[in-house]
Amino acid sequence: MNAIIHHIPDELLIAYANGTLGQAYSLVVAAHVSMCDESRARLGAHQAVGGALLENAGTETVSDRARAAVFDRLDMPVKEAPPIRASGIFPEPVMEALGGLPPRWKPLGLGVRQMILNHDAEGSARLLYIPGGQAVPDHGHNGLELTLVLQGAFRDETGRFGVGDVEVADGDLEHEPIAEEGEACICLAATDAALRFRSLVPRLLQPIFRI
Amino acid sequence: KPELSDQTAWMLAVRDKRCKASFGQLFDYFGPRLKGVLCKGGLSHALAEDIVQDVMLTIWRKAAQFDPERAQVSAWVYQIARNRQIDVLRKVNRPLPEALKAPEESTPDASQMVALDQESRALRQALEQLKPSQREVVEQAYLGDLTHAEIQAKTGLPLGTIKSRIRLGLEKLRHELKELSGK
Ligand SMILES: [Zn+2]
Ligand SMILES: [Zn+2]
Repeated sequence: MNAIIHHIPDELLIAYANGTLGQAYSLVVAAHVSMCDESRARLGAHQAVGGALLENAGTETVSDRARAAVFDRLDMPVKEAPPIRASGIFPEPVMEALGGLPPRWKPLGLGVRQMILNHDAEGSARLLYIPGGQAVPDHGHNGLELTLVLQGAFRDETGRFGVGDVEVADGDLEHEPIAEEGEACICLAATDAALRFRSLVPRLLQPIFRI
Repeated sequence: KPELSDQTAWMLAVRDKRCKASFGQLFDYFGPRLKGVLCKGGLSHALAEDIVQDVMLTIWRKAAQFDPERAQVSAWVYQIARNRQIDVLRKVNRPLPEALKAPEESTPDASQMVALDQESRALRQALEQLKPSQREVVEQAYLGDLTHAEIQAKTGLPLGTIKSRIRLGLEKLRHELKELSGK
């Protein structure tokens, strides 16, 4: 496997650390950090800044009642759901989003498949399966698109993306990612608004496919 | 000789000895700071105390995951606090990275723990030296309240507008740190 060269930019790591990043993007960040020691270390550095700010922060008195309530609960047994573990090419946070089950793919045509993992007002995260040599149709973005490669590789106008790499495409980029020949390229992609595909799925059908 | 910070020592006693007195010390140190940040973010005292309780209980229960060679106590508490805040305020579980597997046999490296503590102290000093306007930007980026962020998220990515200001703040921070280490 090639080394990861495309990482999560710092401003996204900070937003993730702070918790202001939407659910779909947070999933991509958590998945990438699971695969990438460098980004894990950088996230750790940002959390250190957050911790330092917390230590310097102004205080508010916590009531004795609240303090006592916590101490009352220290010895209470906790029942925890069994953890969902990483499986195959899918890191833990992705398996978590899959509910511990293998992906249930929906065909998009030309061998391309997808599975929506989550979809809310802020954006959507999905898994994409692109057969080797196949292009993801030319599309523009309304907002930020993060694409993390889990298997195989793709190329577009901006470079090559292998396993663990993240492409950060903003609203201005119109690109046509092409999966490399060989094994299918499987990606985790997050967008904050519907992608505008120029072909493959007619615009009218997009709400049905939710892409 | 350099020593571990009180916070690290308390946290290790909680982790390794389940020491309630040390947990009390941690509560009295971090509880009011957490509540301060939450109230500054616009939460009511009642809701802020609910979250403080939740965070402190999580610290007690997940103490085994604390690794003083990788994170300062404050960084670890910060991370738990932001996670719990999202879980409580947004009613969703935020995706978390896979935990690193601890090596089978590992002797704790005291010098690494002390070095991290010192790093943390230097970072706090550097933050204190920022101009108020710079510090505000950095604070907004790391401690900014989530309800505000949610409103922004509906109208577009908040990062777009504050991105460059965060970078400026961080750059300033790096310079401050460099100066500090050069002394
Ligand atoms: Zn990375
Ligand atoms: Zn795209």
